[in-house]
Amino acid sequence: MPDTAVIAAFRFGFGLPMVANTPQTTEEMLLSLGGPDRGRLIWPGPTPDEVLALYREAIAARRAAQGQPRKSPVRRAHNQILKAVLDQETGFLRRTLARAIDSPDPFRERLALFWHDHFTAIPRLRDQAATTASRGDHAIRPHLAGRFADMLRSAILHPAMLIGLDQVASTGPNSRTGRERGKGLNENLARELIELHTLGVGAHYSQKDVTQLAELLTGLDISGETGLSFDAARSEPGAETVLGTRYDGRGMKPILQVLDDLARRPETARHLAHKLAVHFLSDDPDPALVARMADAYLEQDTRLLPVYAELLRADAARSPRMSKARQPVEFMACALRALGLTGAEVMRMSRNPFLRMIREPMAVMGQPWEAPRGPDGWPEAPEAWISPQGLAARITWSMEVPGRLVNGGMPDARTVMDRALGPMAGPALQQAVGRAASPREGVGLVLAAPEFNRR
Amino acid sequence: MAQMNRRLFLRAGAAALMGCSAAASPLLTTVTLAGGAPMLGDHRLVVVILRGGLDGLDMVQPVADPLFSTYRPGLTRTPGLPLDGIFALNARLAGLMPLWKAGELAFVHATSTPYRDKRSHFDGQDILEAGTGLDVPMPEVRDGWLNRMLQAIPGLGAETAYAVGREALPLLAGAAPVRSWVPDQRLRLSDTSRALLERVYHDDPLFHAAAMEAMDLADEMDGTGGMAEGMTRPPKARGGRQADAEALASFAAGRLQDAARIAAFSLSGWDSHGNQASSLVQSYAALEALLLRLRADLGPVWGKTAVLAMTEFGRTARENGTGGTDHGTGGAMLMAGGAIRGGRIYGDWPGLEEAALYDRRDLMPTSDVRGWAAWALHGLFGLDRSVLETAVFPGLDMGSDPRFLA
Repeated sequence: MPDTAVIAAFRFGFGLPMVANTPQTTEEMLLSLGGPDRGRLIWPGPTPDEVLALYREAIAARRAAQGQPRKSPVRRAHNQILKAVLDQETGFLRRTLARAIDSPDPFRERLALFWHDHFTAIPRLRDQAATTASRGDHAIRPHLAGRFADMLRSAILHPAMLIGLDQVASTGPNSRTGRERGKGLNENLARELIELHTLGVGAHYSQKDVTQLAELLTGLDISGETGLSFDAARSEPGAETVLGTRYDGRGMKPILQVLDDLARRPETARHLAHKLAVHFLSDDPDPALVARMADAYLEQDTRLLPVYAELLRADAARSPRMSKARQPVEFMACALRALGLTGAEVMRMSRNPFLRMIREPMAVMGQPWEAPRGPDGWPEAPEAWISPQGLAARITWSMEVPGRLVNGGMPDARTVMDRALGPMAGPALQQAVGRAASPREGVGLVLAAPEFNRR
Repeated sequence: MAQMNRRLFLRAGAAALMGCSAAASPLLTTVTLAGGAPMLGDHRLVVVILRGGLDGLDMVQPVADPLFSTYRPGLTRTPGLPLDGIFALNARLAGLMPLWKAGELAFVHATSTPYRDKRSHFDGQDILEAGTGLDVPMPEVRDGWLNRMLQAIPGLGAETAYAVGREALPLLAGAAPVRSWVPDQRLRLSDTSRALLERVYHDDPLFHAAAMEAMDLADEMDGTGGMAEGMTRPPKARGGRQADAEALASFAAGRLQDAARIAAFSLSGWDSHGNQASSLVQSYAALEALLLRLRADLGPVWGKTAVLAMTEFGRTARENGTGGTDHGTGGAMLMAGGAIRGGRIYGDWPGLEEAALYDRRDLMPTSDVRGWAAWALHGLFGLDRSVLETAVFPGLDMGSDPRFLA
């Protein structure tokens, strides 16, 4: 039977092989999380200013190109910038994979994926794709071992969210701009903020709360210079009442207050605790565990480390039975490591091979990166991923792509199995790998096996 | 707890059904093949889930009501195509006018699921696909009404129903075996690999079931031509959403010409919060292309086909402050196919006066979308009303026959 460190590596990380100096115990894992963000230290990405600068350029080029003929120089210039935006956006996926491969703090990388998905944002224009993808590094990762209240504030006020959920267009109907130009509310962000990001749909709230929150959020805007800005001319005048609390005053202050209040609601605590337990443990987690996690969250001022501590210490965390399925992004990270690729190789792979062999196949497996169907993000149930078509895509990739990815010939299948699965490889898989007709098919069997696809 | 009750209820319903043997019901027109497997007869049903909340008032516009343009000054600048003197079809669906004129296209207006008030996409879609009412609270029920319909006819083979696409389709999930596949997916394995994979998956039921089905389907599809290369790139890399929708339709049509009688898939892109005059262009184009492709590829079978396209809710009667509409309640359903008595708009029209709106904000639903689906199942496949009202749509009152089938 695999020891607890191996079990934790699969359930809370990217399985085997473990990077040198990876924490082995719960205490070490928590300690590591409390320290610096090692994934970002190893593979740092563009700064917020760099992302904003390209966004500014893209929007300016779009304006210049508007209404111009297809082959005109301004249209071409815009297309060139869009290519740069796509490259910058793809860079965030490359780093997601490279950090998963190289970081000795894999739980942080898994948490980064979890919270990135919790704050799903979908760009409206291709010009915004990299800005949207940057929310993970710039708004979420700095807080994932801190307080949820801080993460909520920085995620919701990030351009990705303000654009993706239409907040930048929402205008108080009685504000100056609203009256002069006949503009009004857009409820999108307000609703998802309550339903998805904080209280959860099961909580008690009404359409009135949604509308009032939408009014309260008016004025939030983005500027190409600074990212977040506040446009007082679009802010609905007067006080609003959300979930029984009255918010008065001008500018950002009441908005920051309502975000803080939403973060501290007991419904939010339960919603987040349940979602974390479902993601890491099982689709039907122990209610007592969820309650302990929620209590820790509320008692410790929305701090997340104590919540993770309860999660890691749960009995179910030590069970060798892996009941969840790796999502395609995790499958890809794990497969690349199993094949011996380093983060550096993923980072420097040229554009087209990366798209063809990594990014596009993830879409075939059911996970078009940064393009989930809606703001609720990716599904959790293993059945959603291990469907006939989803599994066929994993098998096909496992059998056909590794040979093209690895320089210097296919690695030995048994070596890949031992490296990637260690004691998790069951007898049926061990036997099958021994009987495979070729190294290519042997490696395919390992990567397509349940042991490799579950966590 | 409530969830538990609902599960028990559904299970009890199914058990009761087995007990009295649905197949023995004189109203079930099942035909027995040589192999002893019953089938559903000649009709075909295609269900399309329009995800995101289709704006029914934008698709089928009540132009005769002066309030309509008052509520939506920005969204009514492009005139629609007159349908019946009261309603007009969105000009983006002009390609469907020949179907309307041929009596192969109809709409139900002011219809909705029983879902109210929270206006969440995700709850709304869950309840739409689960086919349950308000008495049984919210989600996590894994079986969908279309699967429960299949459960009601014991002995149907998995090839009877296809869930098409890469996304999970709760509508068809459940105990009755169905096929789940996507156009162009191939799985080419050597006999050795295939045998070894079967062994590797043997003890994991989820992987085993998915893999066996994938292998069988891939074998079947291989015989039908199409893409030769192993599929590692999505079709999206090779065309837009329209091409995507056509590929789904074409695949479904191929199956429906064969042994399949039911196909279901989803079409997303209807959540039009902002600037919807342009943000819905692609979505309408995809819907139109999907229906036209189905009609072209089904050939004579189109005459026996009913397509029901339904959504989780309608949107606000008024346009919002950003040229779009927010989540609402009453919406519209699209029906198409030779099996539909088309060229008309079904459902009671509640009007747009503020007092007639739901919550003074949304179109008031005047019918339950499940009722239309139930009458379709009754008319197409002969399912008994009592089966429909207890097992397929527990708690539904189907009311009187709206007679929308040809």
